[in-house]
Amino acid sequence: MEFLLVQALSGLASAASLFLVASGLSIIFGVMRIVNFAHGAFYMLGAYVAFTLTDRFAGPLGFWGGILVACLVVAAVGALMEMLLLRRIYHAPELFQLLATFGVTLMVEDIVVLIWGAEDLMGPRAPGFTGAVTVFGRLVPSYDFLLIALGPIVLGLLWLLFHGTRWGVLVRAATQDRDMVASLGVNQKWLFTSVFALGVFLAALGGALQIPRTTVSHAMDLSIIVEVFVVVVIGGLGSVTGAFVAAILVSELNAFGILVLPKISMVMVFLVMAVVLVVRPWGLFGKPEGTPRAAAGLSIRPWRPMSALERMGVAVAILVAASLPVFAGNYALSVGTEILVFVLFAASLHFLMTVGGLASFGHAAYFGLGAYGAAFMVKFLGAPMELALLVGPLLGLAGAVLFGWFCVRLSGVYFAMLTLAFAQIAWSVAFQWVEVTGGDNGMLGIWPSKWASSPQGFFWLTLAIVVIGVGVLRMLVFSPFGYGLRAARDSTLRSEAIGIDRKSTQWAAFIVAGTFAGIAGALFAFLKGSVFPENLAIPTSVDGLVMVLLGGIETVSGAVIGAIVYKALAIWLMSKTELSKLVLGGVIVVLVVAFPKGIVGFLEDLRHRRRRPPAPDGAGPEAAGYVAKVEAAE
Amino acid sequence: MSALLQVEGLAKSYGGVHAVRGVSFALDAGTILALIGPNGAGKSTCFNMLNGQIRPNAGSIKLEGQEIVGLPPRAVWRRGVGRTFQITATFPSMTVRENVQVALLSFHHKLWAMVGYAGAAHRPEADRLLALVGMEAQAERPCGELAYGDLKRLELAIALANNPKLLLMDEPTAGMAPKERVDLMRLTAKIAREKGIGVLFTEHDMDVVFEHADAVMVLNRGELIATGTPEQVRRDPQVRAIYLGEGLLYDAKHREGSAA
Repeated sequence: MEFLLVQALSGLASAASLFLVASGLSIIFGVMRIVNFAHGAFYMLGAYVAFTLTDRFAGPLGFWGGILVACLVVAAVGALMEMLLLRRIYHAPELFQLLATFGVTLMVEDIVVLIWGAEDLMGPRAPGFTGAVTVFGRLVPSYDFLLIALGPIVLGLLWLLFHGTRWGVLVRAATQDRDMVASLGVNQKWLFTSVFALGVFLAALGGALQIPRTTVSHAMDLSIIVEVFVVVVIGGLGSVTGAFVAAILVSELNAFGILVLPKISMVMVFLVMAVVLVVRPWGLFGKPEGTPRAAAGLSIRPWRPMSALERMGVAVAILVAASLPVFAGNYALSVGTEILVFVLFAASLHFLMTVGGLASFGHAAYFGLGAYGAAFMVKFLGAPMELALLVGPLLGLAGAVLFGWFCVRLSGVYFAMLTLAFAQIAWSVAFQWVEVTGGDNGMLGIWPSKWASSPQGFFWLTLAIVVIGVGVLRMLVFSPFGYGLRAARDSTLRSEAIGIDRKSTQWAAFIVAGTFAGIAGALFAFLKGSVFPENLAIPTSVDGLVMVLLGGIETVSGAVIGAIVYKALAIWLMSKTELSKLVLGGVIVVLVVAFPKGIVGFLEDLRHRRRRPPAPDGAGPEAAGYVAKVEAAE
Repeated sequence: MSALLQVEGLAKSYGGVHAVRGVSFALDAGTILALIGPNGAGKSTCFNMLNGQIRPNAGSIKLEGQEIVGLPPRAVWRRGVGRTFQITATFPSMTVRENVQVALLSFHHKLWAMVGYAGAAHRPEADRLLALVGMEAQAERPCGELAYGDLKRLELAIALANNPKLLLMDEPTAGMAPKERVDLMRLTAKIAREKGIGVLFTEHDMDVVFEHADAVMVLNRGELIATGTPEQVRRDPQVRAIYLGEGLLYDAKHREGSAA
C-alpha cells in the first residue's frame, strides 16, 4: 500500500513537466492550429541552456534565475522561428506544418550536439531541495514535492492569464474564431508570435525543471514529444485543463504500468489514447473541429495516364536500372537495392496520402510488420525466402486491417495522431516482447535463398518486385476504385450522395497501402539480413512522409522520384558529414517553404506553363479555380 | 397508386429549437414542387432529412411506399434519389466528364473494380448526360476551374446519373446570374417532365418558383403554413405577411402621413 502511494507520488512529479510541455503545445494549437513537432526540441533546448546557466552561476539565485533566463532565451528562439518560418506556412496544409517543424527538430538535435557534445550531462541539484522526505518509511525526493505543487500552480497562473488580462481574452477569442479577431483590428501577427513564445516558454520550463531529476541528453526531445502528443490528444487539442488531467493520467499509467504489466507497459498509454480517439476523437476536454484542410486534392490539374512517350521513358529507366549490376560494385548495388525498397514504401504511403487524402504518421508500422513477418517465417517455421516474402507481408496486411478500421473513423490531425499511436504500439511490442522479437537486439540471420544471395541477384529480385508493386499501385490510382477513393477525398458530401461508402473505401485503401509497405519491409529484412524495432519507429515513418512530399504530393508517381532522391541524399550525407540531421532538417524546411509541390510537381508546373500561356488578364487557371472555390464557399 | 414521395409528420429539433415540425406532403412523379420560406425556416433541414443526411426525431418518409427514414445518404441514393447542394459539391481534382463517370460507375456497382481505366468507363453515357445540361463542350476541362454557374449544371448532370425518380435540389440557382437561373430551371423542368422525375426544390428567386412549380409549399419557423398552386399561395395572406411583413409599421406610418 505504502509502496503504491510512493509510486503515485513519483507519477505526479513526472506529470508536472509533461503538463508544462503539453499545455504549451495545446495553447499553440488552439490559437494557431499548428501542431508543433519542434516542441520537444524546445523542451530539450530549455534543459541544455538551463544546464549551462545553472552550471555557471551557483547558489539559489543562480539556479532559479538561471532556469528563468534559460526559458526566456528559448522562448525568444521560438519567437524567432515563428517569425522566420511559421508565418510563411500558416495557410499550408497541416501536414506541411508538421513536416516543417519536424525539420527544425532534426536541426536542433545536431546543433545541440555541436554546442554541448554528445555526452549526457548531469545538472546541479536544486538548492533547498536536495534532500528527501520520508513517506511511509520510503524516501521521496523533496524536489518531487516541488514539482507536484508546481503543476496546479502553473495551471492556475495560466487560468488567471487567460481570464484576467486583455491579452488572455484576445487569445481565447482567437482560439474560437481567428478571422473575427483579425477583423476587429487585433494585430494577429504579434498575437500569434506572443502565443508561440508563451508555448515555447512552457516547454523550456518543462525541460529546465528536469535537470535536477535526470541527465540532459540529445535524445530527450523525441521521447517527450511522443508522450506530449499522447497527452494533448487524450486531453483535447487546445485545452489546458485537458492537458493537466491527461498528463496526470499518462504519468500514472506509466508509473503503475511498470508494476502491473511490465511486458506491455509502453503499450498501455497508447491503447488508452487509441480508445479515447475512437470514442471521443476530439479528446476528453476538447471540442470537435471543423473540416481540416486536406493536404492533397488542391490541384486543379486532373491526373492522366501516361502517354506512349512517357511509357517508353519509364521502360528505358527500368532497363537502365536493370543493367546496373553489370557495371556497379557491390556497395553501390546494396545502396541501389535499399533505394528500391524505399521506392515501394514511399509509393504505398503516397497511395494512402495523396490518392486517399489520409496522411499517416505511422506508416512504418506496416513496413516493420512486413519485415518481422518475414523474419518470423524464417526463424520459427524455417521457411525459405520465397515463402517468407509471400507470407511475411501478410502481417503488414493484418496490421492495416486492424489499425485501419479505427483510423479511417478520423481525419486530419487526429488521423495522423492515431496512426502514430498505433505505430508506437507496434514498436513497443517489438521492443518489449523480447522472447519473440528479440527486443532491442532484433532478429538476425534473415538471409535470401542461394539464387538471390549475391548483391546482383537480390537487386534484380527487388527491382522486379518493386516495379510490379509500383505498377499495381499506379493501376489502382486510375481504376474505378482509385476514382472512388479520390471522390471520397475531394468531397465527402458529394461522394456519400452518389452512393460511395467513404469509410469502407478508405479502409480498403489503408489495407492496400499497408500490404505494399509490408512487401517493402519483407524485402528490407532480407536485404539487411536482420530486423530491428527501429524498422517500425517514427523516423522511418517520417522518412516516408518526406519522400512523398519531396516528390510532390499532388502528383501520381512523384513518390518514386522523391524516394530515390531522398534516400540517395541521406545515404550520401551519412557518409560525408557528421551533421546529416542538420542538413536533412534544413532540406525539409526549405522544401516545405520554397517547393511545396515537390520535385515532380515543380517540373509539371513548368511544363504546364510552357504549354499553356496564362490568360491575358493575368488570371491563370489557378486564379480562376480559386475564384470558383471562393464563390462556392460563400 | 401511391405518390412517389409521401412525407408524414416530419420533425427535427436541436436542443429546444424546433427546426422542423409536423411537415407532411406528397409529391407525384413528373411534378415539380417548390419549398419556399424565409431564411431559417427549416428548408435545408427538411432537405437533409429527405436524403438521409440528418435523422429526423419523428415522422416517416416513404419513397414509392417504402420507408427510407434511417437510411444513410448513399442508400437513399441507391433507391433513386438524386441531389444537388446549396453550395456545390463536386470533385475538383477530376475533369468534368470524370465527375459524371464516377457517379455512373457507382450507379453500375463498379467502384470496387481494381483494374481498368475509370476514365474510359461509361464515356458515351457521361457525354450524353453532359450534353443534356449543355456541358458537353467542357467535358475535358478540370472541374476545379469551372465558373459557378457551370458547376451547378455539372451537379445536375451528376444528380441525373443514377436515373433518379426523385430529384432534390437545394437552391439550385443560388449564386447564378439572372439569365443563367432561368435557363437552368427551364432545363430542369424540361428534363423532369420528359423523364417523369419528381422534383422538389427550394428557392429564393420567386420568378423561378412561379414559372416552373406545379405546386408550392411555404415553410415558416419549421411549420408548413400554406400549400397549393402558385396562384393560391401568391394570394395567401399569411404568406404575404411573412414575405412583406405584417404591415403594422408601414401602414401606420402611411396613415399618419395622409392624415397630416
